[in-house]
Amino acid sequence: MKKVAVVGVAQTKFSGPQEKTGVELFAEAATEAIELSNLKPKDIKALFVGNALGDFEEGQGMIQSYAAENIGCLYIPANRYEGACASASMAVRDAFMWVASGFYDIVLAGGVERAATMGTGLATRTFAMFSDARYEYPSGITFPAVFAMLTHLYADTYKIPLQKLREQMARVTIQSYRHGSINPKGQFYGKNADMTVEKVLGSFVVSTPLTLHDCCPFSDGAAAVVLASEEAAKKLTDRPVYITGIGQASCGTLSNQSDHLPRIRAREISSQQAYDMAGVKPQDIDLCELHDCFSIASLIATESLGFFDYGKSGEAWEKGEADIGGKIAVNPSGGLKSKGHPIGATGAGQVYEVVNQLRGEVEPERQVPDARTGMTDTLGGDGGALVNMILERGW
Amino acid sequence: MEHKLIFKDYNEALKQNRLLGLKCRACGAITVPPKMVCRQCTDSELDVIELKGSGKIRTFTTVNVASEGLEDAVPYTIVMVELDEGPWIMGNLEGIDPQNTSMELIGKKVEMGNKIFSGDKYSAGEGARPLFRPVD
Repeated sequence: MKKVAVVGVAQTKFSGPQEKTGVELFAEAATEAIELSNLKPKDIKALFVGNALGDFEEGQGMIQSYAAENIGCLYIPANRYEGACASASMAVRDAFMWVASGFYDIVLAGGVERAATMGTGLATRTFAMFSDARYEYPSGITFPAVFAMLTHLYADTYKIPLQKLREQMARVTIQSYRHGSINPKGQFYGKNADMTVEKVLGSFVVSTPLTLHDCCPFSDGAAAVVLASEEAAKKLTDRPVYITGIGQASCGTLSNQSDHLPRIRAREISSQQAYDMAGVKPQDIDLCELHDCFSIASLIATESLGFFDYGKSGEAWEKGEADIGGKIAVNPSGGLKSKGHPIGATGAGQVYEVVNQLRGEVEPERQVPDARTGMTDTLGGDGGALVNMILERGW
Repeated sequence: MEHKLIFKDYNEALKQNRLLGLKCRACGAITVPPKMVCRQCTDSELDVIELKGSGKIRTFTTVNVASEGLEDAVPYTIVMVELDEGPWIMGNLEGIDPQNTSMELIGKKVEMGNKIFSGDKYSAGEGARPLFRPVD
């Protein structure tokens, strides 16, 4: 298997409703990533695009083919990935596979979504399509409701008073907002830096006990990454970032995950694959862009990823151990909750952040000092699709 | 391979307040809702059984922001119930004030009825779900 490098990354601003089409958004990120890789569109051998809900957002299926044509990657194979919020990470992982196999030397992967454009009602309905449509949607399940139930279950499982847990979750939100407020590519850039526990707890209750500020926004946006074989990468950049570990796992209906909840078993399997492949341990990771679709999701994720003990991650946030300068820098981009969550693009946006962090190219106030090893964690549905990647400096 | 129990038949039974599941001949585990194979050991030798429909609440939430088409239903309470036979199942909770739920719901014993979601343009028809109510 060949070593695979990320040579160039790009991301549009993640935002509320955009006037640009999905193809246009993706094309902007894709062409920038190609240019930054010192490549031309004709050098791209295949295109892998995450896009979960384009059919509902603008009546556009098969967006990958229109995107390929739009950017001048004519007649190349183009695949779309639908794994709910993990779609782009699945696309990047498969791009990795094709380059690692030696079949292609240079591949473009990424994703695009216009979830905000749908508005809250349709977005909530279509996101709920990632729950079990026959056996769980009839109960009126929504994504906030899934994580709201996990919050109550987490409090009961680890015997943490709900009010205390909610305060710990507010710390997650405050940290995300603080980082995101200084990320110009983030949806909440320049906003929410002065968030307080009281404001988080006092905001509108979406699904008990989750308030508006416990939830990520609906977002539009795109991100793209160029992957190349080691030989090709050495000719293109003197700062390749190698993908050294990858993992992916699936699971089914939420109620069938009962042996493990509030832990997400697919994440434990996926991340262990990535750690084993990279030959590193959780304590070797300098930063992690993880799937904080809701504040509780950060607590659950950091435990399954091995950063903190089960039931203890809320204390870690209280002590600053999940912040820049702590044990593990979680979501220095602001994460889904502040940078934004255009679901089909999110995983590629995480890779974008990790690569820029390892290259030391983010805003100084949110740069993780001397970051050498980074990780991504992307969750689709209610645990149904999980992807983890470990990236390391190649210089 | 044929399913021992498909959605259509499970749904028809649920509409009669009968909760059907599958019992594994190999390991004894019970799978509900139905699948092709046992959810624990993946064996396909399964027998259709009727569950009691009683259990205890393991977690819950009251939804204030609903999907398109369900806006008028809020606030409503969703529960995950651990059935007496072991599996968990999702449903709604009635017989309580959805705007005054608390952690005290966890562990409460419930029994099952049903309520039909009449479907929307995406759902390929209707679907019943368990509607639980607390047992005094």
